[in-house]
Amino acid sequence: MKFLATVIQRDILLATRRRGDWLTAQFFFVLVVSMFPLGIGPDPAVLRMIGPGVIWVAALLATLLSMSRLYADDHRDGTLEQMMLSPYSNIVLALGKSIAHWIINGIPLLVIAPLLGIQFGLAGKVLWILMLSLAIGTPILSLLGSIGAALTLGLRGGGVLITLLILPLYVPVLIFGAGAVEGTLAGIGAEANLSLLGAFLVLSLLLAPWVSATALKISLE
Amino acid sequence: MNWGSWSDFWQMGGYGLYVWGSFAMTIVCIAGEIWFLRRHRLQTMQRLKRMNAWETPT
Amino acid sequence: MNLYRYASPSTFYPLAGRLAPWFFALAFILAVIGLYISFFVAPTDFQQGEGYRIIFIHVPAAWMSMFIYIVMAFWSAIGLAWNTRLSFIMARALAPTGAMFTFIALWTGAFWGKPMWGAWWVWDARLTSELILFFLYVGVMALQAAIDDPRRSDRAGALLNLVGVINVPIIYFSVKWWNTLHQGSSVSLTRAPSMAHIMLWGMLIMALAAWMYAIAVAFVRARSMLLERERQASWVRELPEGKA
Repeated sequence: MKFLATVIQRDILLATRRRGDWLTAQFFFVLVVSMFPLGIGPDPAVLRMIGPGVIWVAALLATLLSMSRLYADDHRDGTLEQMMLSPYSNIVLALGKSIAHWIINGIPLLVIAPLLGIQFGLAGKVLWILMLSLAIGTPILSLLGSIGAALTLGLRGGGVLITLLILPLYVPVLIFGAGAVEGTLAGIGAEANLSLLGAFLVLSLLLAPWVSATALKISLE
Repeated sequence: MNWGSWSDFWQMGGYGLYVWGSFAMTIVCIAGEIWFLRRHRLQTMQRLKRMNAWETPT
Repeated sequence: MNLYRYASPSTFYPLAGRLAPWFFALAFILAVIGLYISFFVAPTDFQQGEGYRIIFIHVPAAWMSMFIYIVMAFWSAIGLAWNTRLSFIMARALAPTGAMFTFIALWTGAFWGKPMWGAWWVWDARLTSELILFFLYVGVMALQAAIDDPRRSDRAGALLNLVGVINVPIIYFSVKWWNTLHQGSSVSLTRAPSMAHIMLWGMLIMALAAWMYAIAVAFVRARSMLLERERQASWVRELPEGKA
């Protein structure tokens, strides 16, 4: 437990020292979302319809953008190997890394998303549901993404490769997450989608750190 | 027997393009895969031969 | 009988070499019978005319695409659990064939869809899941291709394959869910046309042919991969193939 806190604290500290890197992913999120009205046209009805999906897709891409460096920096300076060799569990290490990634990259997305939602004509309760769906969904993105980061550790072109590997696995998150918001817009309610998203979160919380730790072991052998 | 003549067979009751388009792509894929497999095997074999020739002086 | 004996590459190599032609022959014979049924025995469908004959490749290809992914996952799991080199090679040898069948299923789906629903592509639950399955195949192959060290490449690919296989049912469920949510925007295809027995037989025989073909191709590919990997081993050097 203490080890978990240490891993998380360390990553957050490192992120505050390298604010430029951190801002890039957030800005990428804003930029991608803002491109869509320019490509599609400013019709408010259309924008409201595509808004949830666009914001969600951009969140997936922004998560993967920052994901490729999850283990890479520690790998380069050798700390990752030291941590793997330490008596602490590698699963906890992977879990800590994922949680830290979520705090650093996921939570800012939550904060920015409503502002982008307003650009797409979403309002009131829909914005809350958007935030809620991102709050449940983005930890899944961090957890699953860490598997990809571990598998592509130290590879040429790892950044593009991780997108190729992990994006198909994000499909359920995208469907349930965007579905919750669209359901609210359509007046069906978001409960069913949100509970499925929650179930997927529990499943990935149980399995992903373990898989990620195994992947790290494979990559570092 | 479903077909009166060859042209009937090729036309597939107006669906010729779709039916033969599907079957043609399947054949192209399978033929392509077998061709690639063959080439891969021949290349591997050649490399092996070169290596053996290199290591066993005649 | 000692199964472990066949897990050794030096035993597997000649065995697969002997078996592959038989599987090719079986595949060929079954395909001929299957095609004969599909074109000459199966009657014209009263709703879809002759266009429905595409299902004789579409459905077997779709079955094989899923089946091969599961078989790959099986070999991957065995490889990771018992560290047997041959299982990894089997998993890798199957991947391109699986991806090919997925591609055929998508292509024929489009060619079936155009005359039946008036569009080359419909975001139907099954077609969409098939597309995502194709992406999963591509992901595994891309990862394997990107890693130079064979040992790491095998294991990383196997792990991704296993993660994928856990995800496939979830993806399928979510896509179905998404499809019912957006009912208005797409055509519902869940209603299967009442199928005559002979059509089912045609599909089954074509599926068997595809299965035999997949085994044959996987054997041949595994043999080439073995030669490449183990070219330093003594059993490879003693093979007649290597002699100039």
